[in-house]
Amino acid sequence: MSDLDKLESQGVYILREAYRHFKNLAMLWSIGKDSTVLLWLARKAFIGHVPFPLVHIDTSFKIPSMIAYRDKLALDWELTMIYGQNKEALAKKQTFPDGAIDRLSCCKALKSEALKHTLSGEWPRYRMDHKQKKYVLDTDTEPYTGVIVGVRSDEEGTRSKERYFSPRDQHNDWDVGDQPPELWNQFKTDFAKGTHVRIHPLLDWTELNIWEYIERENIPITDLYFDQGEGTRYRSLGCFPCTSSVNSTAKNPKEIIEELKSGQFANIAERSGRAQDKEGGGTLETLRKDGYM
Amino acid sequence: MNREQMNIVVVGHVDHGKSTVIGRLMAETNALPQGKLEQVRAHCERNAKPFEYAFLLDALKDEQSQGITIDSARCFFKTQKRNYIIIDAPGHIEFLKNMITGAARAQAALLVIDADEGVQENSRRHGYMLSMLGIRQVGVCVNKMDLVDYSQSVFDDICAEYQKFLQEINVNPKAFIPISAREGDNMTSLSSCMPWFKGGHILEIMDSFEKELGIYEKELRFPLQDIYKFTEGGDDRRIFAGRVETGAFSVGDEVVFLPSGKKTSIKAIEGFAIEEQKGAVAGQSTSISLDTQIYVKPGEIMCKVKDEGAQVGSRFRVNIFWLGRQPMIEQKQYKLKVGTAQIPVWLESVEHILDASELSTVKNKKKIDRHDVGDCILQTYKPISFDLADKIFETSRFVIVDDYEIAGGGTIVRNLGVENKRLNGYIERRDKNWEKSLISRERRLARHGHVAAFVLITGAKKIDKRSLARKLEEKLFSYDFNTYYLGLSHDSERLTSRTGMDRDRVGLLTQFGELAHMFTEAGLILIASISDMDDAEVEILRTLTQPNSLVLVNIGENLFEKENPDLEVPLVSNEEVFLDSLVELLKKKNVIMDYVI
Repeated sequence: MSDLDKLESQGVYILREAYRHFKNLAMLWSIGKDSTVLLWLARKAFIGHVPFPLVHIDTSFKIPSMIAYRDKLALDWELTMIYGQNKEALAKKQTFPDGAIDRLSCCKALKSEALKHTLSGEWPRYRMDHKQKKYVLDTDTEPYTGVIVGVRSDEEGTRSKERYFSPRDQHNDWDVGDQPPELWNQFKTDFAKGTHVRIHPLLDWTELNIWEYIERENIPITDLYFDQGEGTRYRSLGCFPCTSSVNSTAKNPKEIIEELKSGQFANIAERSGRAQDKEGGGTLETLRKDGYM
Repeated sequence: MNREQMNIVVVGHVDHGKSTVIGRLMAETNALPQGKLEQVRAHCERNAKPFEYAFLLDALKDEQSQGITIDSARCFFKTQKRNYIIIDAPGHIEFLKNMITGAARAQAALLVIDADEGVQENSRRHGYMLSMLGIRQVGVCVNKMDLVDYSQSVFDDICAEYQKFLQEINVNPKAFIPISAREGDNMTSLSSCMPWFKGGHILEIMDSFEKELGIYEKELRFPLQDIYKFTEGGDDRRIFAGRVETGAFSVGDEVVFLPSGKKTSIKAIEGFAIEEQKGAVAGQSTSISLDTQIYVKPGEIMCKVKDEGAQVGSRFRVNIFWLGRQPMIEQKQYKLKVGTAQIPVWLESVEHILDASELSTVKNKKKIDRHDVGDCILQTYKPISFDLADKIFETSRFVIVDDYEIAGGGTIVRNLGVENKRLNGYIERRDKNWEKSLISRERRLARHGHVAAFVLITGAKKIDKRSLARKLEEKLFSYDFNTYYLGLSHDSERLTSRTGMDRDRVGLLTQFGELAHMFTEAGLILIASISDMDDAEVEILRTLTQPNSLVLVNIGENLFEKENPDLEVPLVSNEEVFLDSLVELLKKKNVIMDYVI
């Protein structure tokens, strides 16, 4: 088996464990390349089906073509697509693009808070109605007890400390210092009421693995990652006010792989275009403790 | 071409030099980020302290962790042969949990012992852990040889002492290497300070470790992870999902599921976006369809009919380590997870313990404390399938869940069979303490016109057995029999979850068994329905109901292999006919007497 085969096999195994043990299971889908690979793995694991909802936190500042791509895939692949957002902050214009707060507070409000309350079911969830082809208010308000997330340990420091199955307490907190042991393929699948478990099938993947897999499996990826002839493309996707494109002429996964292996990005961190990582020290850890994915 | 990658864990007692070993290896294989070495040297100079290679690792760790917590950190370096991921496992006992998590992902280990201090507590404990985690490839580094003047006799003494210990726990080290990580002796080249040493340096030993020791050559073990039928998505296939732990299978192979013993053969590999496949090998997560529609549950192990196959048992001797805050004690119910099975388990007895606070083996201990390692006997609620550690490690290793946390782990080393010692002991105590009534069975029969019995209706969850059970009660009542429908069944429907055996089901079955005993002792015909009963569960209810008899009725698919239900129907199309056949059955079993009706 090649390294990619092993990563795929482990990812499938973890997804199946999650599906077996968690009744209220959801997968976070950020529309980016990692969570789209995750979605592909789910279809591998469940023979073409995706037997749990996908949840997207819509900050309303996502690059518009991301949302179009999300809804197209949701309809094409018959996905149970859910989105949630921080309606109050958006209505009161309490955001960074509105000039009201700094980047970090904005991330906290539009992502962490929205995620927390959407997962718990306290805030409204909107579900894609496949007949009407539009979103309707979801009647299911049960909290999700298992949440599948596409984080990778090579992204930045704190993520390297994650487990495959990582518990969050009643306050969505992550106790980094006292994590459960994880032995062989036995994961933490038992949890107390009020707590939930984050599940990380892509933990051992690198950025390069992701692109190699996208190329091998021919996975449809939003074209924001590819140069459209202007000499720029996105390497990592987020909200448009805080995500900058990189100078690159890579037009397809193959050219991106070349770039990562020996080209201009061989020694530059992937999230270097993400502004919120740079404010203060250890900020992403703070965000992650607050439930940021 | 992808390079081979190997995870290696470095373990040892605190201050025996693990970090120095890793720092030196990284520096000498040019694995450090540009300028890192110079930066750390300059920092040491500024602070007037001597440079140490261990600082390199600390600096890297700080960078990785942004100064949050001590965990097992990962470092990378390359040799000509392959890429290594080095897992630095903390030596402090408080971090044993992290050490184990790190080590469980490793394929080989370097164990560091201080030549000056010799074999210490954690040298032994970590050795024991490695053995239990299944890491068979170990290189023992006797470090700080410079402090003992590179003395061969010091080295030989430590080797002899530690070798003896490793032999006891069945670890056969690949090599003992005398090193000084600080001075760079025998790290990446042979040292002139120890001309007496004829072995290889650390890098040579690491490159001689093998990946995936023989998982392909072993017998097939395919623990059944789940069974899917995505009817909602318009898919009627029944799919059996799991990962091949060892061996391989091909389409057409005759297979047996254990512990149920159900046999069939493999029809096809099912998948999404895959090329047509004829089989699967160790390491692959796959899904299959089967030739016949057998009814099995997740947690069983699929083996080949032609092979010896996995063990089946409910009592076994295990090597165990305990990490829980609460000790493991007798009489308390825990959950055992082995392969994809999970089942209630009890500690039957403790055999030996390597005490957490001492070096010596402690006997006559009744519990297993945090950080203890040792061996003990476990008893599961019903038989499960597994392997013995020396045959197939992958399906011999287990964890134990206490409340919601993984609190311990280990490997099964001996199968002690299927005797339900716990239950039998309980029945013995119960019967001894049960005060007998003055009314004999015969007198009850004469008055009631029937003997007592427990009529249990089972079958797949989707079949409505409850309403039939209730109608049977009504019918028997109309004959003036003393009968009662035990309406706990509603719960039992809810409790048959996809996850298999859980704590609630054990509680429920025990409750059923106890009530069945009581009601039948009172002379009643007790009726109940429980979904998805298997051989072992029926046996448990039968034992609890004794001395009265259990009449077993099954509708539709079932999990039985040994058990022969007294009445079995594929489905109930006409209720009246079915109820009549139940009455006939009770006559045949001499529960009700012909002359009465």
